[in-house]
Amino acid sequence: MSKFKKGGGKGMPAISTASLPDIVFMLLFFFMVTTVMRETTLKVEVSQPEATEVKKMEKKSLVSYIYIGSPTINQQSIFGTKARIQLNDVTFSRKEVSEIQNFIIAERLSKDEDEIPYMTTSIKADQNVTMGIVTDVKTELRKVDALKINYSTKKPKEDN
Amino acid sequence: MSRNRRELPEINAGSMADIAFLLLIFFLVTTTMDVDSGISRKLPPMPEENIETPEIHKKNIFVVLINKNNKILSGIGSPTSMVEINGDGSISSSLKENIKIFVSNNGLNLNSSESPEKAIVSLQNQEGTSYNMYIQVQNELTKAYNELRNEKSNIDYGKDFNKLDVEEQKIIKKFYPMKVSEAETKAN
Repeated sequence: MSKFKKGGGKGMPAISTASLPDIVFMLLFFFMVTTVMRETTLKVEVSQPEATEVKKMEKKSLVSYIYIGSPTINQQSIFGTKARIQLNDVTFSRKEVSEIQNFIIAERLSKDEDEIPYMTTSIKADQNVTMGIVTDVKTELRKVDALKINYSTKKPKEDN
Repeated sequence: MSRNRRELPEINAGSMADIAFLLLIFFLVTTTMDVDSGISRKLPPMPEENIETPEIHKKNIFVVLINKNNKILSGIGSPTSMVEINGDGSISSSLKENIKIFVSNNGLNLNSSESPEKAIVSLQNQEGTSYNMYIQVQNELTKAYNELRNEKSNIDYGKDFNKLDVEEQKIIKKFYPMKVSEAETKAN
């Protein structure tokens, strides 16, 4: 005990905060790595259906997203309420569904050639859309040979 | 350090923490933590012309039909029996159980599938079928196969399917290949 008493005679020594930035940087890097910034603003309302048997999506950079849903409120004056398909920042009606082919081709051009077989298309559709439009989208995807798809879902709420 | 340098005045790093905090808060605010997840499927390639579709024996097909009123009919060969929907809108587990019995029949029942490899689940929907119901059926289907694979891996390896290594998973998946056929949406 006497060993300790000798040193701390006068008041408390200030705690070194030199390592505080390191700690904060560590947190910072964690959030930087986990952050996914949304690239597109949604112009259609998408509330995904729930499912339990899901798989995580791998390799986010190789995923192209197709959103299907009815237009958001501020878009409704232009497009009405009928379900539309959003590719990047543009929405298309069901009749213009063949635009998906151009979209997939454009997506492919932006990737390396050897990565193309691993590309996945994620269908983010609203739970209230009908299968008619979804099937149209799927048929277009088949036409351009983009066969790997993922029906995006959300986790069910806990109260089962 | 061994050389005796004249001591440099220390740079004050006190504000470093503030800068880092600022960045940290920025990323905290912009972060969306939701992991993208969903049900993965592989679409069949477009049928080439002049190629005959292979004949499949009726007993090897389990048909699930979701009609435009979101009623589910299922049955071997043709959709005959109605699948109940629970009060909370979820599908009765009988659909899953029936699929499991059908796939793992192995020729036991002469009117059901010959082997898991030959068993095909045919999913049919109509124009007005809601996407939500479709996903729920897909979910039940996946659940049926996941449970079958899990049972198999527990018998063969004594542990759960998702604890097996990739090679072992491949063997199980080969034993219970998931064959889902989706016909074109019918018009009405």
